[in-house]
Amino acid sequence: MNPVKARTDPRRTLRATDPHHFGLALVHERQRQGSIRYPPMTLTQRDIDQEIAAKRAAYEERVAGGAPAEHHPRRDYAPYRSSVLRHPEQPLIAIDTAQDPDLVELRSPAFGERDITEIDNDLTRHHRGEPIGERITVSGRLLDRTGRPVRGQLIEIWQANSAGRYAHRREQHDAALDPNFTGVGRTLTDAEGRYRFTTIQPGPYPWRNHVGAWRPAHIHFSVFGAAFTQRLVTQMYFPNDPLFPYDPILQSVTDDTARRRLVATYDHDLSVPEFSLGYHWDIVLDGPAATWIEEGR
Amino acid sequence: MTQIDPSGPEQLPPTPSHTVGPFYGCALPFRGGEDIAPLGHPDTITVHGYVVDGAGEPLPDALVELWGARPDGAVPQVDGSLRPDPATGGHLGRNGVEFTGWGRSQTDADGHWYARTLRPGARGRSAPYVSVCVFARGLLMHLFTRIYLPGDEAALAADPLLSRLGDRRDTLIADAEGPALHRFDIRLQGEGETVFLEYQ
Repeated sequence: MNPVKARTDPRRTLRATDPHHFGLALVHERQRQGSIRYPPMTLTQRDIDQEIAAKRAAYEERVAGGAPAEHHPRRDYAPYRSSVLRHPEQPLIAIDTAQDPDLVELRSPAFGERDITEIDNDLTRHHRGEPIGERITVSGRLLDRTGRPVRGQLIEIWQANSAGRYAHRREQHDAALDPNFTGVGRTLTDAEGRYRFTTIQPGPYPWRNHVGAWRPAHIHFSVFGAAFTQRLVTQMYFPNDPLFPYDPILQSVTDDTARRRLVATYDHDLSVPEFSLGYHWDIVLDGPAATWIEEGR
Repeated sequence: MTQIDPSGPEQLPPTPSHTVGPFYGCALPFRGGEDIAPLGHPDTITVHGYVVDGAGEPLPDALVELWGARPDGAVPQVDGSLRPDPATGGHLGRNGVEFTGWGRSQTDADGHWYARTLRPGARGRSAPYVSVCVFARGLLMHLFTRIYLPGDEAALAADPLLSRLGDRRDTLIADAEGPALHRFDIRLQGEGETVFLEYQ
């Protein structure tokens, strides 16, 4: 029996508290009209900065006390307000995969040539015209933690356009849409685990976590590994973005070296003359896989 | 830092996870993502439910991925879940013949998701289950859980995971609503919180 059932009313209307879904102008207009009951957004960047600093100090104290480095964000990270009601409070239950090599989670769904088209990894070629913005090439390798390449696996990306707007109807930030850019791509890794995308440098964009919240420019990545346990969704950033310290999503990774792993490196060898600037970003997947796959490599 | 040297003797530190955010809608959902079962297959089951937060509110922006074995317990190694259309860049959808075992369902405005897949067979010492990975805006790292199907009480009682969970066990066992229809809600926080898993 699933205990949620009795208490979930599917017809319950959703509260309009999703900070991503409304641009400020739209929110203010609707507040004036009284059509949404938006709580006034009183949190300032200074408030969020203090919370971020407190989380970081707590992490440094844990490490100083002998706790291991934390590679991933804690799901309970209040500076990112949307996490408050969306993280489990019970500890996760550990599964020792060495005890049971047959677990389906130790294997991965398969993807192949049928799952991509030839230009899926070139986001500048999905419409009739050229998208506006700075063309970039993003490439790197997909590895597991032993350094082995993850071959033939699916990488999906999505991003805002050069003005900082997603091609998504819920996105109401009033920056310009680009009719020649959707911002969605996919590819399969090659025999060395390598991937490559051609796209447009995304713009930063505002959101409603707090007053003056801006996301640093980023590209979303969704990645499959050699096992379902290695599944990863994350975001890649660009070097030297001045918004890094203000962003509670990036700062949710409290370990300095771990956070740097989310930032691509400018790579002049990847830049294509008279066409694009190159960024290198390797991805390392966490989580166990079936041992036969490792032996097979 | 982002050029990884894989030649060292130590384990590489992993790339950190981040939230899927609210704007994956043009990228991750695909036509037929929920219809994993081949058309007309006699072992087809439908699983569905709500994803809810700590206040009991449904999530209209969650993504549920399912991954399961075939009815004979074998792991599918078949591609073709996505099948984009090379002419338009849209999705043709699955071919309705092959079983890839993997699918993706986004919650609707009511926080409801569904998927049609094949009843999984047992593997190893486990009772049959479908593996689940949950993504959502606000969730900084995905969550794994499992959907066990009701019916075979002996197999459920012998399952190595379920037997460790005490009274939280029932959050992983779907409700039978019909011969091939199962309800499975995912509660991210609070009373009746779903058991989530960490693989080591």
